[in-house]
Amino acid sequence: MVATYHYDDADRTLVRERVAQFRGQVDRRLSGALTEEEFRPLRLMNGLYLQLHAYMLRVAIPYGTLSADQMRALAAIGRRYDRDYGHFTTRQNIQFNWIKLEETPDLLHDLAQVDMHAIQTSGNVIRNVTADHYAGAAADELDDSRIYAEIIRQWSTLHPEFSFLPRKFKIAVTASATDRAALKVHDIGVRLHERDGARGFEVMVGGGQGRTPMIAKTIRDFLPEHDLLSYLEAILRVYNRQGRRDNKYKARIKILVHDLGAAAFAAKVDAEWAEIKDGPLGLPEAEVARIRHHFQPPAFRDLDAPNPLRVAKARTDPAFARWLRINTHAHKQPGYAIVDVSLKPVGGIPGDATADQMDALADIAAQYSFDEIRVTHTQNLVLPHVEEGALHAVWQALGSHGLATPNVGLASDIISCPGMDYCSLATARSIPIAQAISTRLADLDAQEDLGVLGIKISGCINACGHHHVGHIGILGLEKNGQEYYQLTLGGDPGADASLGEVLGKSFSADGIVDAVEKITVAYRALRTPGEAFIDAYRRLGPAPFKETLYAAA
Amino acid sequence: MPLLKNGAVTADPWHDGTAGLIVTVDEWRAQRDTLLARNVPLGLRLAPSDDVETIGDDARRFALIAIDFPAFTDGRPYSGARVLRERYGYDGELRATGQVLRDQLSFMQRCGFDAFEIANPNAAQDFAAAVGEISVVYQPAGDRQRSSAASAHRVA
Repeated sequence: MVATYHYDDADRTLVRERVAQFRGQVDRRLSGALTEEEFRPLRLMNGLYLQLHAYMLRVAIPYGTLSADQMRALAAIGRRYDRDYGHFTTRQNIQFNWIKLEETPDLLHDLAQVDMHAIQTSGNVIRNVTADHYAGAAADELDDSRIYAEIIRQWSTLHPEFSFLPRKFKIAVTASATDRAALKVHDIGVRLHERDGARGFEVMVGGGQGRTPMIAKTIRDFLPEHDLLSYLEAILRVYNRQGRRDNKYKARIKILVHDLGAAAFAAKVDAEWAEIKDGPLGLPEAEVARIRHHFQPPAFRDLDAPNPLRVAKARTDPAFARWLRINTHAHKQPGYAIVDVSLKPVGGIPGDATADQMDALADIAAQYSFDEIRVTHTQNLVLPHVEEGALHAVWQALGSHGLATPNVGLASDIISCPGMDYCSLATARSIPIAQAISTRLADLDAQEDLGVLGIKISGCINACGHHHVGHIGILGLEKNGQEYYQLTLGGDPGADASLGEVLGKSFSADGIVDAVEKITVAYRALRTPGEAFIDAYRRLGPAPFKETLYAAA
Repeated sequence: MPLLKNGAVTADPWHDGTAGLIVTVDEWRAQRDTLLARNVPLGLRLAPSDDVETIGDDARRFALIAIDFPAFTDGRPYSGARVLRERYGYDGELRATGQVLRDQLSFMQRCGFDAFEIANPNAAQDFAAAVGEISVVYQPAGDRQRSSAASAHRVA
């Protein structure tokens, strides 16, 4: 059984009732009893968007964890209701792009059969809670962050007080010094850490991207476990009552935190918290233990490491060796590895997976990874628990389905929003830019030499492609019917988060690909041995890159 | 406006002033002692921006508190309702006014509203259907319903 939260009767009842409720809402919309204005927030609360060409349904994948059966169900939905594929998103969710309104209730019914739903994947509510995609597997973690993400998921689900917030609200959780969940660009980031042998949460608030990007501020550095939910409720209540509702572009909590100042905001939260901290939201140890029990590690075998088969194969097969170097990660259990599955083939659409690929992954996960798959916020997938001795077989199996591109974390592992190809908000195309850049930078030796390089592309100012925290960020805009692309450098989503800076004038669709290549050339010339792009940029500042891009015209 | 209370459409006794006198927060602040001296039941009409903390323990002096939803997407009254119920122990009629629609009734009820001005001829049927749609709750709220009645082990 997969090490994740398993629904009980109450959880199943809620999801089943939610499907019936939404079926009723769709029926009333189709009959005209509900106006589109009245229906809109209802469908959004259930993940249904109206895009350029069709409805899009976003399915929740809490903390990015899927069982093999759930992945197969997603594949089946892709075949039955979409065009044989799905799109994994930066919120560890999956979107289906070609949905008919009248079929949505049936789709949700199918999802409910595998304990899945689309609750709170959009709308001005607490969205699907995300976590470290290596949780429960990473060698460097203190605890499995999904335990707390699940506790927050339950508390936030159909929360009656917070279903009409000023704006959407995103919470991410980690329990490791390495931030793999981009905490500091979330409305709330929760980080479990240890101090003097005790554990507590650092709570960061007011981060976000969009048109006003901000890095979250820490308003409490050591919150006891017992107080997690009451403290979150206090933050949400202050925001619900005091966040701006007059202008949707100033309605996120980051604006409230910024306008008040982090200290004054924290004081308001503390005042509210003092009223409720001893109330019914206190988190009993027994409840944490109940949830923790669901996340018991799988039945790992006692294995020697390193595995001689892996070592031997790596010696004789350089392509396998490269994939090992780039697409596997240290596991906490000796003899096991975490496998990154790239959804970024050269020239492909970042995050897309066909129904056949989903089925193949489900089979591979069932055979080699205790039935378990993760979705990352970088739009890739993960097989979290693979025996080292099986890595070669897994590599071959993934490769035969186009899922073994050895580029995770490298230049062609691009985050991109759907852009003008799908989205009604977009001002420019982003997918074709991602495709052109990954094709231009395809050479694997050159990519490995470039090292960790995050290129992130958004097709409008809403920044769904995370361009503000791209080492190289690209923002697609439009003027007089012409698309153009703004370049930023120096962003980073990690523990030492920073926002990218605009260097100069924008580029055409062709020009932006050249510009990215020039940046990589300049970096190679300027770096010290072993210095990553972001470190070089932080040392050198924008000047030499500006010179490269704009000087010798 | 029809009034829905205890699941049924009833006449609103406050409508023609027979039940008592309804005041705004400003009127209450300005004339608190005079109003109390009149010794008639009092109602209080709140806007979503009104800070219920300024009413505080005086909440219990009212027989009716009505909070306005200027738009159904304005979620502030949900917080105000919970604070009145849970912090100040208000147990009189808590009425939702303004844009009160069927699909928000269960959220309102969970936050402690127990009366609804609803411009819908099928209000009673709608209410019965709406509040019965989801039987599982994951969190405590102003209606003091236990979380997930089906499984007592859940949070709170």
